[in-house]
Amino acid sequence: MSSGKHLKGVHVNHSKNTAGMPIIPMPVPERVYIPMSMHIGAPCQPVVAKGDHVKVGQLIGDCDKPVSAPIHSSVSGDVESIEQFMTQNGRVDTNIVIKTDGKQEIAETVVPPVINSREDFIKAVRASGLVGLGGASFPMSIKYNTKPGQVDTLILNGAECEPYITVDHAAMLAYAQDMVDGMRTIMKWLDIPRGIIGIESNKPDAIAKFNEILAGSTDISVCTLRQVYPQGAERVIIYECTGRHLIAGKLPADVGCIVSNVTSVLKLQQFLTTGMPLTTKFLTVDGNIVAKPQNVEVPIGTMICDLIEHCGGLTGEVKKILLGGPMMGRAIPRDDFAILKSNNAVLCFDEKFAAQRKETACINCGRCVAGCPMNLMPARLSRAFKDKDIDALREYNVMSCMDCGCCAYSCPARKQLNFEIKQAKTLVMEDDKKKKAKAEAAAAKEAAKAAEAEAAKAAAEAKEGGNK
Amino acid sequence: MSGYVIPVVMTVVIAFIASALLTLAAKFMSVPVDETAVAIRNQLPGANCGACGFAGCDDYAAALAADPDGVKTNLCVPGADGVAAAIAAILGQEALDVIEQVANVRCSGDCNATKTEMDYQGLKTCAAVKNFFGGPGACKYGCIGFGDCERACPYGAIQVCNGLARVNREVCVGCGMCASVCPQKIIDIIADVKRVHVGCNSADKGKDTTKACSAGCIGCKLCEKECKFDAIHVINNHAVIDPDKCKNCGLCAKKCPKKVIHVFPKPNVKPFVKVDEAAS
Repeated sequence: MSSGKHLKGVHVNHSKNTAGMPIIPMPVPERVYIPMSMHIGAPCQPVVAKGDHVKVGQLIGDCDKPVSAPIHSSVSGDVESIEQFMTQNGRVDTNIVIKTDGKQEIAETVVPPVINSREDFIKAVRASGLVGLGGASFPMSIKYNTKPGQVDTLILNGAECEPYITVDHAAMLAYAQDMVDGMRTIMKWLDIPRGIIGIESNKPDAIAKFNEILAGSTDISVCTLRQVYPQGAERVIIYECTGRHLIAGKLPADVGCIVSNVTSVLKLQQFLTTGMPLTTKFLTVDGNIVAKPQNVEVPIGTMICDLIEHCGGLTGEVKKILLGGPMMGRAIPRDDFAILKSNNAVLCFDEKFAAQRKETACINCGRCVAGCPMNLMPARLSRAFKDKDIDALREYNVMSCMDCGCCAYSCPARKQLNFEIKQAKTLVMEDDKKKKAKAEAAAAKEAAKAAEAEAAKAAAEAKEGGNK
Repeated sequence: MSGYVIPVVMTVVIAFIASALLTLAAKFMSVPVDETAVAIRNQLPGANCGACGFAGCDDYAAALAADPDGVKTNLCVPGADGVAAAIAAILGQEALDVIEQVANVRCSGDCNATKTEMDYQGLKTCAAVKNFFGGPGACKYGCIGFGDCERACPYGAIQVCNGLARVNREVCVGCGMCASVCPQKIIDIIADVKRVHVGCNSADKGKDTTKACSAGCIGCKLCEKECKFDAIHVINNHAVIDPDKCKNCGLCAKKCPKKVIHVFPKPNVKPFVKVDEAAS
């Protein structure tokens, strides 16, 4: 598919300790804590009250703003309270605390949706509560609501390039047929002629499985990706599968692509056939101090401490807990946060793995440049950020950075380049906002002036007319 | 010998022509310079801090020269009365008094007082850590202590000591650079004559504040009852002083059970209670 050229990246240690382990459902915990903001966009408002009885799949939070996704209960039980506290995003959010009854009764509203048109399909996608499960948590109904004819390729992202995480791999092995069916459904309703499944070459069994299912079909093909981090990043997988460049500030639909994570499509297919919205999440629990590393299916809202306990607890003193992979995952300061829709791994490490070596001076070796998939110059960006030189940051294209962390990973001086570039991006965005506000104020002033002149002119004319 | 004559003569002739051209160019193409603006600019301190509301000293000087009646002469806070008087003299106006201003940090939680929640390994700037669970401290409203203000201050007047930004009021000129970079927005620029300040910004309830920090306002409202001028109120779970009503009596500070209301002594006056005695 691709033109033979590849985007740059880094070779990381895969450490896929849980490879080949099936996804085992976790028993429901005593309580779940479901926050109202699990997606990019406007937070939901609770539609249940304290004391209400809820069932699995029942709508408990919704919002009438366009960019949002409804939230469903992952357990059956009673709403114990609706509280405000900090979630794993670092924001204070409304949380619905549900005490489970262990019966896991399924709500009456869980019936397969009837779809007759494209609009019905988009509505069904929204009702499923799905967001991008790869980690971006962008509402799927917005992603799929493209202009007719704009998109010609649906890319299924099964790269899973982050070390440690194996849960997408396990899901691909277990549900390959459902994923292909899901792809065909999406392609049918959105009128997309071509489907590509991108899988990194370190998962030959998954590639063989899809090839077996797709034998003889022409609409969907499998694209084997190289074992280079970050193949799973949206811009990289689009380039590797289609040869198209997605530049900063554009959406995949602008280059005729939709990229969906394998589990997103699987969950959508399951919703369309059973009517069960997104209530559970597949997770890899791993790390050098987890007693029993494994892939688990977890009800959304489960506390991370409960999850770790389910996996046999910890064998050492925890120093760092990561949500997501070690390259782009987010560290959390405590373990009493709830699992959200966008999580795909919980990794726990002790002092040995968490220790950070001392930062030294940049030696201009250029390894960060050699590793950057977006062809940026991280060392230059870091210097421009330190000087607060916004013009230079723009010139060096800082907004193209996708926070993959290749620069910091390859830096022999252990500089936290990705962190600095992230800050630099906020600096540029703030400056953009300021400039926009200034321009708007100037335009408003100009308009007021023009209106005043107009009024004066009209008054003068009226006076003249009166004199006549 | 004759070999030297021609080049020397040629060079001299070219020099004369060039100087004539330059003289003419300087005469016909000169940009008129406002002498007043230059004179005013020479009086300004040149810190380019922006406290006057203009983009640097040059901009302020130009604005003053262009519109002497519209732009006030006492806007330069770092320059204080001396600069204001000099500018007024240049413009032939009556000298206006500059209200000396000073930065004040609304937090008392140093490393001993505020509990630490995590071992933060990321980029050590306040702006960066603000997006990461609101900082390593247990209190999400107070000083983060990575010194963005210290780096922004052109006068070295604000320094982070033991995880808390502290202002040296003798050096601070009140330009407001620190306040503009503080991600927690806990630095106020206030009139120097105001000497009673609340050192807490926590919007948590008293119980949660105490859990996070031993030097936090618990919103007990004792100060509110004590104040005779209706100048202090508990707003958003912490005490806030209305500078227009406060008379610097310091009664609230004496009553405060958590000792988070601070009274700064008058300049050049011995404090009534010796600091050492109060501590012991």
